This record gives sequence, C-alpha cells and structure tokens, in this order.
Amino acid sequence: MEAIDRIEGEVAVLDRADVDTDQIMPKQFLKRVERTGYGEFLFYDWFKDGEIELEAHPILVAGRNFGSGSSREHAVWGLYDYGFRAIIAPSFSDIFYSNCTKNGLLPIILDEEKCKLVASSGRAVIELDDETVTCEEGVFTFEIDEEIKHRLSNGLDDVAHTLQRVERIDSFEATGAANRGPDTLAL
Amino acid sequence: MPKTLFEKIWESHEVDADLIYIDLHLVHEVTSPQAFDGLRLAGRGVRRPDRTLATADHNVPTDGTPTAAMIADHLSREQVEALERNCEEFGIPLYSLGSDRRGIVHVIGPELGVTQPGMTIVCGDSHTSTHGAFGALAFGIGTSEVEHVLATQTLVQRRPQTLRIDYSGTLSSGVTAKDLILATIGRLGTSGMQGYAVEFAGEAIRGLSMENRMTICNMTIEGGGKAGMISPDEITVEFVRGRPGAPEDFDAAATEWLGMATDEAASFDREEVIEAPDIAPMVTWGTTPGMVAEVTSAVPDPALFDSPADQEAAARALAYMDLKAGTPLTEVSLDRVFIGSCTNSRISDLREAAAVVEGRKIAPTLKGMVVPGSQQVKVEAEEEGLDEIFRSAGFEWRESGCSACLGMNPDILQPGERCASTSNRNFEGRQGRLGRTHLVSPSMAAAAAVEGTFVDIRDWS
Ligand code: SF4
Repeated sequence: MEAIDRIEGEVAVLDRADVDTDQIMPKQFLKRVERTGYGEFLFYDWFKDGEIELEAHPILVAGRNFGSGSSREHAVWGLYDYGFRAIIAPSFSDIFYSNCTKNGLLPIILDEEKCKLVASSGRAVIELDDETVTCEEGVFTFEIDEEIKHRLSNGLDDVAHTLQRVERIDSFEATGAANRGPDTLAL
Repeated sequence: MPKTLFEKIWESHEVDADLIYIDLHLVHEVTSPQAFDGLRLAGRGVRRPDRTLATADHNVPTDGTPTAAMIADHLSREQVEALERNCEEFGIPLYSLGSDRRGIVHVIGPELGVTQPGMTIVCGDSHTSTHGAFGALAFGIGTSEVEHVLATQTLVQRRPQTLRIDYSGTLSSGVTAKDLILATIGRLGTSGMQGYAVEFAGEAIRGLSMENRMTICNMTIEGGGKAGMISPDEITVEFVRGRPGAPEDFDAAATEWLGMATDEAASFDREEVIEAPDIAPMVTWGTTPGMVAEVTSAVPDPALFDSPADQEAAARALAYMDLKAGTPLTEVSLDRVFIGSCTNSRISDLREAAAVVEGRKIAPTLKGMVVPGSQQVKVEAEEEGLDEIFRSAGFEWRESGCSACLGMNPDILQPGERCASTSNRNFEGRQGRLGRTHLVSPSMAAAAAVEGTFVDIRDWS
C-alpha cells in the first residue's frame, strides 16, 4: 500500500446520502478473483444511466453514511483505481471506513457544512500529518486514529505489522484462552 | 464490577492492545479469493485452519446444479472453484456444491452448532452480525481483514462503544422479529447504531426463538451497528444442544455461557427504549431499510421530511420505486415474492409463511419463489411437507443459497419488477438492475403473494 503524506488537487462531488457499496461496485463485478482493474466498473449502473458524473479527481466529497451495506472491499478497490485518494464525508459505514484504511484511501470525516465548503472550493490540499483539509473556504481539521494514521503515512502492511507481535498470539493460545467454541470443525 | 456481554467477550479476547483473537472465521467464495492470493504472494500460511470454515453460497444456482464444475455462468464457476482449490491447499473444511451441509454462511454456522455464546466470529460478509444472537461478538470484515485473520487468527480493532436497545412489553399478534428490527431502523436511521456494539434486550427479546433473534441481529448492520448481540439464556443453550458442533462437556459449557450474559447493574454508553406493543407490521417503501412505514400507512410525502438532504433522498427513492406519495401501501401491487436470505430462510420462517399460504393460491399475476437457507433446512421442510404447501400454492421451491437476495446468481428481478422480499436490503438494483424491492416479514410476504398487494396480516384471513 502506498504511503500517504499530502493529497492535493481538484474535488469531485457526489451529493447523496446513504450511497451503498452495491451502487459503488455492483454485484456482477464481484465475480472477478483479481484485486485490480475495478476502476472501469465504478458506479457502473449510475454512470451508464447518466444518473451521475464524477471526474477522476484525487478528492471525493460525498454524503453521510457513505459506503453503507455490503462489506465488499471491491468498492474501495474501484474508488482507488478510478483515481480517488481521499474521500471526505460527514460519516462512513464502519466496514467501509476500515476497508479504505487497508488500501491507502484516506477517509476524512467533516461535518456537513464543511463538506459543502470543500465541495464549493473545487480544490483542496490534505495534510495527513497535520490532520487538515485546506481549501479556499478555510482550513478544517479532522480526527483520525493514531494507529491508522501511522500505518497510512508509512504505507504499512497490516499483516506484517501484526506478525511482529506473533509471540503475543502464541502466548495467548498457550494459555488456553483461545479454546472457546467448537472442539473441532471437522464435524 | 458488573459487566456487559460485550465487555466480557472483548476482555477475554484481547491478545494485545487493539488486537483481538478470533475464535471462528467463516469464509465464502466472493470475498476470499484475493485474500488467499495475498497469502500466497507473501509466502504465508493459514494460522488456524481448524478455526476456519468455508461454504459456497452467493454464486450458487438454486436449480440443483450438483457440482461447481457444472455452474453455467463461467465467472461464478471460477469463483466457486477457486474457493475449492484454496480450501484444499490450506486445509480448510468446506461445504461446497454437492454437500448436504451447504447453505448460506450465516444459516449453517448456527445450524451446525459451531456458533456458540462467548465467541468472537468474523466473516467477509456484513451480515455476520447474525451470529450475535447467540451472545457472540460477531461482525463483518473486508477482504484485507480476511487475509489478516487467515494469517494471524487475530484482528486489529478499536473497542466500539456499547448501546442497549430495550424492548419493553411484548409484540402484538402478527407482528414479528422482522417488523421489530425494521421499525427500529426506521426510528434510529441507517446510521443510528454506527460505532456501537448493540445489545438487544428486554421482555420482547427474551420471548423470541433463536431463529427470530437471528433475524434481528442480522439486520443490525442496516442500522449501521458494528455488531448486534443478545445475552445467552436457556433458549440459547437449548438451541445449541445436540448439534454436531456442540461441546462434549455440554453442561459445563452451558454454565459458562449463561455466565456471559450482561450483569444486572452493568452500564452502557447509550440506552434506547422501544415499546414493543407499539410496533406494527412494516413495509419498506424506499431504497434504504430506514425508508420504512407501517403497512396501514401511505407512501410518505418527501416534502414532509426534515432536512433538504432527506427530502431529496426520499424523492429520488420514490422515483426509483415508481411510487406516488399518498398511495396506501395496501394498494401497491406486486410482480414477485421472494422468501429467503440469511434474514428469513430458516425453518421457522418457512413454517410461518407456509401457515399463511396453506390451502390457498398465489395471485396469478405474480411469481413466487421460496429458497431455504441451507440444504438441511430444505430437508427438514420437505419432511414436514412445507414444500408441497408452497408448490400447490404456486410457489417455486428451490435449492438453498443467497438466491434473489443479491442476484449474483441466475435468480434476479427483471427491470421494473416489484418484489416483496424477506431479505435485508432494498438498495437500488440489489435484486437485479432496476428491480424494486419491498422488505417485509415472511408472513407478510406470503399474504402479499396470495393477494397480489400488501395486506395487514393482523386482520387478514
Ligand atoms: S443471503 Fe443476502 S445478505 Fe445474506 S449472506 Fe447472502 S447475499 Fe448476503
């Protein structure tokens, strides 16, 4: 995953609430077993029907509860592949937010008012380290979990990071604490 | 110190700061291929294949296709075959096509008895919240997290806040668990539970069967909740007893499970109270599960919503659904009825629907389909003769799978078709491009099939 430092550029706007991952990446593209190449299928039905238009700018401003519904990470792969590097919205679904942070796509929560101001500015600069979004209409700070920020700004692979703590997992299993649930799954 | 069910589970699974141990990892064909590829690329193995269980459900045709190799759609076939290869390579037990234990992942976990109280359970699927009905901490994850759990049997997680929704009183006759959760989402909104591990509690919940509790926890995600859970009690224990995955020393386990229940004096970060007797049969009218109304009411007027954003969303939803504000919901006529999905395809759901259609015929203008949640549910239903009841009423009776819940397989709506569905999502195109979905309970879906329009099940006979 690519490290994030500063994201700068024009802003695309999708002014709708509750945009779910079924819209972002429709089901027919979930049959692919690859992880790349999803950009061309982004918002497939909405684009095809001329419902919306979105320029492939680095920053997307969206409505509340963005990414709700299905856990499909394909939605994030599509947004990233299309060209977005940050998404600014009043709120995100939990799973979608987490999926973004595993793929170097920066989710930023700003209240509705500030989202509108960033959208109308048309351009913005995001500094991850300072946790700021700067646009013509002002400088807005956002909050992000320290751990997530550390991983995003260093482009760290989650699995490698956890495997550095493997003795902790070993000892947890050794205490018998990991023995909850069925004795075996070979039923 | 008194603790909540959530706190007890969380604290007994903390491996390290923000790292929790996963007791059971369920896997299906759609969200796993890239995770297995990731492992191979990095030269990593699966840490606990003995804690991992896989099934094929989203892509499987429900027409009785006997093996993965015979799936007609080549992309679906490749995906199921990839799952079979991956499970073989990494030593993961799998129920694929041809297995009599196959079914929707959230139906088979409980059915096999591998879903048990006090566990942490994850799956690359948002409706993993279903398993929380047993007093487990269960939630959906993305593919990167699937890879993380495969490699480490742990998950990096920040502790969510806790919310208890207390349902006082009992549900009225004809009103079901599905109506309870739809009414709750209608009240709190599609992001009303965001960031919370939600415990459903109170008299109305205690009186419900495990199947009904699963329906409620299943749709927690539609309210934005991280996880939905219900404290284990005797009903929970009796459900698990005798199932293949039940522990050998059952009594000792049962005692421990009952001890996981939320302590009387435990406190939550947030509490909501809902009067269960006030809940009516519900029907969704829009394109999110939060756009829902009592069956006795009319399609709402977008102009009456609070914020401009909500007004716009409602107007767009009505245009997509081809509905006019003010039309009584009981005058909305249907082209399709789908009884199935991980929300409402268990044996009790099928019994509930069968009781409504027994001795009746579905409207001739309409196509009805019943899809059991698993092969075992199918066998059980057939032993009870439910298949005959559905068939002679005019329904199609299918093999198990996700089916028309999401249309990744041949069961889809045609553009413009209107469907009463017992599933969980009425998003645009969810059941097929330009299809229109109304979410309801199994008995409401069955009665709607007979009448061709929605009816109030409470006074319908
Ligand atoms: S039945 Fe529907 S909601 Fe449930 S797992 Fe399958 S596709 Fe997802």
